[in-house]
Amino acid sequence: MAEAELAERRHEAAYNDRVMFGFWVYLMTDLLMFTVLFAVYAVLHGNTAGGPAGRELFSQPLALAETLILLTSSFTAGLGMIAARRGRKQQVLLWFGITFALGLAFLSLELREFAEFVREGHTLSTSAFLSSFFVLVGTHGLHITSGLLWMAATLFFVVKRGLNAPLVRKLTLLSLFWHFLDIVWIFIFTVVYLMAFV
Amino acid sequence: MKELLLGRLDWHALPHEWFTIGGTIGFILLPLLALAVLIRIRGWKWLWGEWLTSVDPKRIGIMYFIVAGFMLLRGGLDALMVWLQQAMAAGTAHGYLGATHGYLSADHFQQIFTAHGNIMVFFVAMGFVFGLINYIVPLQIGARDLASPFLNTLGFWLYVGGVVMVNMFFGLGGEYAATGWLAIAPLSESQFSPGVGVDYWIWSLQISGIGTTLGAINFIMTIIKMRAPGMTIWKMPAFTWASLCSMIMAMTVFPLLTATLFLLFFDRYLGTHFFTTMGGGDPMMYTNLIWMWGHPEVYILVLPAFGAFTEIVSTFSRKRIASYMSNVLGMIGVSAFALSVWLHHFFTMGAGADVNAFFGVMTMFIAIPTSVLIFTWVATMYKGRIRFTTPMLWFLGFIAVFTIGGMAGVVLAVPPADFQLHNSLFLVAHFHSNVIGGVLFGIFAALSYWFPKITGIRLNERIGRYAFVCWMVGFCLSFIPMYILGIMGATRRLDHYDASTGWQPFYILMLVGGIVIATGVALQLVQIMASFMQKRRLGDTTGDPWDGRTLEWATASPPQSYNFTVIPEAPTRDAFWEMKQRGLPKRTYEDIHVPKNTAAGIYIAAFAFLACFGFVWEITWLVIVSIIGVLAVFVARTFDDHTEHTLTAEEVRRLESERKQRDEAARKQKDTLTPLNIKGAEDMGLLEFARTVLAFGWDVLKNKRWRRWQKQS
Repeated sequence: MAEAELAERRHEAAYNDRVMFGFWVYLMTDLLMFTVLFAVYAVLHGNTAGGPAGRELFSQPLALAETLILLTSSFTAGLGMIAARRGRKQQVLLWFGITFALGLAFLSLELREFAEFVREGHTLSTSAFLSSFFVLVGTHGLHITSGLLWMAATLFFVVKRGLNAPLVRKLTLLSLFWHFLDIVWIFIFTVVYLMAFV
Repeated sequence: MKELLLGRLDWHALPHEWFTIGGTIGFILLPLLALAVLIRIRGWKWLWGEWLTSVDPKRIGIMYFIVAGFMLLRGGLDALMVWLQQAMAAGTAHGYLGATHGYLSADHFQQIFTAHGNIMVFFVAMGFVFGLINYIVPLQIGARDLASPFLNTLGFWLYVGGVVMVNMFFGLGGEYAATGWLAIAPLSESQFSPGVGVDYWIWSLQISGIGTTLGAINFIMTIIKMRAPGMTIWKMPAFTWASLCSMIMAMTVFPLLTATLFLLFFDRYLGTHFFTTMGGGDPMMYTNLIWMWGHPEVYILVLPAFGAFTEIVSTFSRKRIASYMSNVLGMIGVSAFALSVWLHHFFTMGAGADVNAFFGVMTMFIAIPTSVLIFTWVATMYKGRIRFTTPMLWFLGFIAVFTIGGMAGVVLAVPPADFQLHNSLFLVAHFHSNVIGGVLFGIFAALSYWFPKITGIRLNERIGRYAFVCWMVGFCLSFIPMYILGIMGATRRLDHYDASTGWQPFYILMLVGGIVIATGVALQLVQIMASFMQKRRLGDTTGDPWDGRTLEWATASPPQSYNFTVIPEAPTRDAFWEMKQRGLPKRTYEDIHVPKNTAAGIYIAAFAFLACFGFVWEITWLVIVSIIGVLAVFVARTFDDHTEHTLTAEEVRRLESERKQRDEAARKQKDTLTPLNIKGAEDMGLLEFARTVLAFGWDVLKNKRWRRWQKQS
């Protein structure tokens, strides 16, 4: 019996190992997609076609606020993972709950920024620069949205089923995804928001 | 209201021209009819439960072969239509079917060569390659399954979604992209291509491309993490190595395609300015991005063919591969260089001499690892005891055709020469030498080599040789004139030309070659049928009909769903060969985890397909509903913790002994295949095939056998 259990555990560990590796590979593919968007932005950011340039549009305080919110959310996700490893369900819910709220705050700031641009008449179709800006930053926002949906679903099942091994694995993947989005945002912050003022 | 419900869709979208009606019947209704017949005979439960929802990579592999084979006929028909038009359309000769030249209007002609390219690359070559990797790689590395069986079925069904999408325009819309297979911008922008053709193009590639990315991730996980004990990375079989290289490239470049297609979609739907001529857009950026994917794509296709050739040469020369290390490093070198040569597709862009020189030199470098590969194959044959079976014939054909195509490629890599040959038929001939000679011959070789493993029946050698001869002769008739035409100055994609050019005889020769190739394809279909008709005589009960070297031959043909009763050990290269020398290990039984079949992949792909369909016709509600559908099924699947069940050792023992009895019984029926009996002397020829088919038909008619079938079912 003990041997069967051992085999079972080995099977489980091997599965975890594969999933982790596969998820890293997936993150690389996603990163490559962002690479294209960054390259496109780099090529087109000067093509304002009579529309406004980044310098005239972007607000540094807003971008800084977004950055700090997202960095903090990454930190709380990390704390949530420590709690998950220790099997503390309440703490997991607390920390990931905060992460969720911060993610939502980030998203609403970003949407407000977009809405303001559109209200001023600077839309996707104004110029190649704005097309690439909206698509690059918007793709990141879409990733944040799917991350939030995923987080909500995972937390729902944590409440329902408790912290079982598959859910801890899913939380680990989720936090990897979240940190990954954080890193991409750092590049967006630098390449899009800071370099516009250089 | 109508617009809200149906978007751009209306009655005019239904088929009303000869080719859309023909296409609807041939590529939509006929497959549905075939499916209905299959369900009538074997039952829906069997089809759905055993096949469509299967997560067994072997079954998914076979389904890939079936779909890709069907698409090969579809793409081949396109090729014949193009050749027929070009053979007819010289000078002022009057047209038929309402066309000014030949029998196709210029626009229709453009749609055909576009569809031909897309179908052959995405749905034929990719389909066969993914089928092969699915079937063979887990067996070669001694694994029971892929790392994620669910991602595998999802990837397959997304591919099927792409296939349906690319044929869908016959029934709804009536037009495909008329832009060439890469839909170069700004031609593909809505300003110049307002219809749904380009949208069908975008979404069929998008959905199958995402499937490819998922597949690539899955295969990388499998090969890196699930090899048999003892099989270090430098002991992997060559086909597995080739698949790994190919999948790493796919994982690298398919996200680029996804992003690029999204950008083009935004341009067309949201009015962005990525590749437009106005608003600061940059059309050349599209060309760069699409070729950054497009060039490695052909290497993604050809690498698995290289790997299969390595296995075939080694097996049929009864030798270890000469310098395994050089062979593997050659494949790695090809894949590494392939990522840094894309600009040679448009030296004429005007990037300047330095940039052109860099990419020209990089392109020529690729010839080095490729030659290393060719030398290792030839050296393997040297002093080997070669058996000239059909896989080996395909290999020899490949060496000849591929080498010529490759040298033409080196000519094209020289920028000044390329300025003369750019967009000429010389380029088209070069490309086809490599994808037909390399990829397609590789697929044929691999399929005939592994056919006994996949079906348990060896393919008919005699008819296989006829098919090979037709392909070789047809290929030379079609593509040697094409090289010559290219040097004479004929550009690609001409729907008509002046008679004074003197090109028509060459175009007619190309058409004749095409017909000979079509005969070859027909013979291949006959070959498969004839093999099944002689299945008792050609059946393989040993699991190792060719005296093979790698682990896939260590299990039964076709293998049980769990591949191996006990995971084999692979302490050396050519693990099975060594095992045979030292004596096979004793058979024991253990509990096996088997993934449960799931329909989640089909549902997700179906919703994704509907979302894409909604995008094509601008039906917003359908897009929203479908995306919610995708997410819902995905969440339901991800949080389902009961995706496996366990076969106990007792059950495995029972399955194995049943299998053994069946094989014993088959062996007693005489004349089964032994490793030495592969010359094909007793395989039926064409005459015997015709006689058998006629006799069978006559018997059905005379004895009214369909009545008996009706009673049975």
